[in-house]
Amino acid sequence: MSKKKLSRGVALVGAGMSKFGAFPGLATRDLFVEAFQEMLTTIDKGIDPKDIEALYIGNYSSDLFEHQGHTAPIMADWTGLAPRPATRIEDACASSGVALRQGIIAIASGLYDIVLVGGIEKMSDLPTAEVTDTLATASDMLYEIPAGFTFPGFYAAMGTAYMHQYGATPESFMHVGIKNHNNGTLNEKAQFGATIRKIMDGKIAKAEAKGYPVPDWADEVEFLQDNRANPIIAWPMRLFDCSPISDGAAALLLVSEEIATQFTDTPLYIIGSGQASDVALHDREVLTSIKAARLAGQEAYEMAGVTPADIQGAEAHDCFTIAEIIATEDLGFFAPG
Amino acid sequence: MSSHTITQTTYQQQLADGKLMASHCPACNASYLPPRPMCPQCFGAQMEWREMPTHGKLAAFTVVHIAPTAMIEAGYGRDNPYCSGIVELENGLKISAQITGVDVSQPELIQIGSAVQAEFLQREAGAFLAFEVIE
Repeated sequence: MSKKKLSRGVALVGAGMSKFGAFPGLATRDLFVEAFQEMLTTIDKGIDPKDIEALYIGNYSSDLFEHQGHTAPIMADWTGLAPRPATRIEDACASSGVALRQGIIAIASGLYDIVLVGGIEKMSDLPTAEVTDTLATASDMLYEIPAGFTFPGFYAAMGTAYMHQYGATPESFMHVGIKNHNNGTLNEKAQFGATIRKIMDGKIAKAEAKGYPVPDWADEVEFLQDNRANPIIAWPMRLFDCSPISDGAAALLLVSEEIATQFTDTPLYIIGSGQASDVALHDREVLTSIKAARLAGQEAYEMAGVTPADIQGAEAHDCFTIAEIIATEDLGFFAPG
Repeated sequence: MSSHTITQTTYQQQLADGKLMASHCPACNASYLPPRPMCPQCFGAQMEWREMPTHGKLAAFTVVHIAPTAMIEAGYGRDNPYCSGIVELENGLKISAQITGVDVSQPELIQIGSAVQAEFLQREAGAFLAFEVIE
């Protein structure tokens, strides 16, 4: 892949996020307005929202989750930005990441100077079986779904291939969940905001209070191995290996490099971005690595002129615990296995 | 111009007849499963049907407890989990399928690399490809 650059610089000058969780009675637009309002408060020198020129909204499936299509113009309208162009980006789990990339490309092209990027999902209105169906539409409905695969099932299959190739165990995956729940306690907007230890202690306290037999889990791993406390979703992925069914929204403000300091003295410049696509799992040469992630990472590193060794912090996709393990390898932070 | 001879509808009819069929590009001498109407290597459209071997080995699997609606309607779910997997056929092509002949209550005993044989499940919703673990 040739080394490509943005035609002009792009900076991030504002960011807002709704609380994440299950919010009956709140629609996607309510969560997006919450994120948008917070975003406005984060711009050090302020902004007149009317100066925003376009919106790129990442959303996987409002159609099936809420029976609402054509979602982006509604987000523009509810944030007072109609009739500005509003485009929804659907790319499964990567929808909002790709919306960010489209916002970057739009500014780099010279067409816009100020762009709002959103990420929205409202999943909790549907029962679990229908959420499972909706997530599964991100795979091949003709040739993968008839096999009984679910989205957790695909990652679980990568998990069994990974266990077979590298000798990992279900417990290897559990440690990712324990770490990520610890990280969640550092974010007041996280859905659970509790460590696995705290969730476990809560269940023990509840059993004691109600006079039920008190579970004798010695530690978090024993808790996570317990089928009742941590039921199997798609073996080896259990409940706490899977990201929850969530409602939430995020909003970012991107501006061109030339005007960035009008909004803040400390803009965050976008120095690299990458994107690639991949084929159905059964068509992949290897089942323990995601080629699209490797290629996207390489493209971003080349654009930024850095290597994985330069990266000091990363948020990798962790829809399932095995996904994070594979992502951190594909992004070059760890050797395979 | 494609004459739409290589379609999922035809593939499905072949499954109902107990045949696993791929499409084959004579120019590249490459077969594709699932069958494709155009060769993704040479962009040739002269694709032909070719019957696939019915034996292979298990390449990856999962035991699904939280099932999608279609599998719940087929009688599966939390109380009756099932195995799905990816099978590598003797000719190296891989395909997704339900996996039978395994003890889903002991997924840790299911072995990647196990020999499998195609079976064609007939359900109310149609014909489904599955592979039975035979060793």
